[in-house]
Amino acid sequence: MSEATTWPDDIFRVLRAADIRQVAYVPDAGHTRLINLCRADKFIRAVGLTTEEEGVALLAGAWLGGQRGALLMQSSGVGNCINMLSLITQCRFPLLTLVTMRGQWGEFNPWQVPMGQNSGEQLRLAGTLVYPVDEAQRIGETVEQAARLAFEGGISVAVLIAQRIIGSKTFGKSEQ
Amino acid sequence: MSESSESFGLRRRDIVAAILAKRGDALVIGGLGSAAWDITAAGDSPLNFPLWGAMGGTVAIALGLAIAQPGRRVLALSGDGDLLMGIGSLATVAVQAPGNLAIVALDNERYGETGMQETATASGVDLTGIARACGFPIVATIREEAEFAAALPRIRGAAGPCFFTIKVRAEKLPLVLPPKDGTELKQRFRRALLGAS
Repeated sequence: MSEATTWPDDIFRVLRAADIRQVAYVPDAGHTRLINLCRADKFIRAVGLTTEEEGVALLAGAWLGGQRGALLMQSSGVGNCINMLSLITQCRFPLLTLVTMRGQWGEFNPWQVPMGQNSGEQLRLAGTLVYPVDEAQRIGETVEQAARLAFEGGISVAVLIAQRIIGSKTFGKSEQ
Repeated sequence: MSESSESFGLRRRDIVAAILAKRGDALVIGGLGSAAWDITAAGDSPLNFPLWGAMGGTVAIALGLAIAQPGRRVLALSGDGDLLMGIGSLATVAVQAPGNLAIVALDNERYGETGMQETATASGVDLTGIARACGFPIVATIREEAEFAAALPRIRGAAGPCFFTIKVRAEKLPLVLPPKDGTELKQRFRRALLGAS
């Protein structure tokens, strides 16, 4: 299981400190605690999506309206975003994406492997800066720097949280 | 199906011009292709955000904007092709239920920019029905001038989220192009709305 269970709380503190007001997500088991923290927070609007590309568009709209947002997904969702990322790069919208990785580390489901092994490269090809993290204690600072890059620079930045940190789940599906 | 959309009575440029004639301080997202040209033909504004791409994203952009600006009317004007591509966004909007958002489907039952191929609405897929089933509190399908006149105040101001399908004639119209540079479109919008860069 997780080598540390506090990293979702670290991310949440960073998002609040960065004045993130809209958090859009397609759930992943690895993001469960963060999603719950966001849903319970009165300053953050948590928006469940039907597909990840909606979140890319949603957060462009949020920025037009003066709010910052963050997009949560698992690695399989990256492929769903590629064309919509044209909106981000053409208009130089900031975008902060936090991806929990599957298909990397003790994965039991081989269907997760194609996106899990390639989502970093695909994001780079689509014009996103990619910061992989494989140590739980570095996640908070990495998200903090990614947020600064994104919102000060008008850049699309993704943090890829390694499956080694999250733990390779079984079909038992732990709640967190 | 029944009548071809080439003989529909309502014309998209008239409809959009009428909606935007008294827009007040409304914020307007125009879906890629014809809807973006329509809002520009009605009079370009820094508070228009016309899309040159991002197909399927119009509704989600409008939702993010509506959440960020709850005190302003947000109008998402788009075509049936764009709305079908992002059809799941209607579920997302219904759950978030922003009262200040109105979505107008300019439904000509065609992919207008690519050769007027039929969309699913030409075979009877009912966008209004989908919005209703998602839980939009105000929905209507409009085919006649009188229906449109009656709906206009609701498009501009009813507590929503609202979804209106307006059946418009399939026709090729002169292009009226907005600025193409995405950074310019974004920056002018934010300056006009927020006073920020």
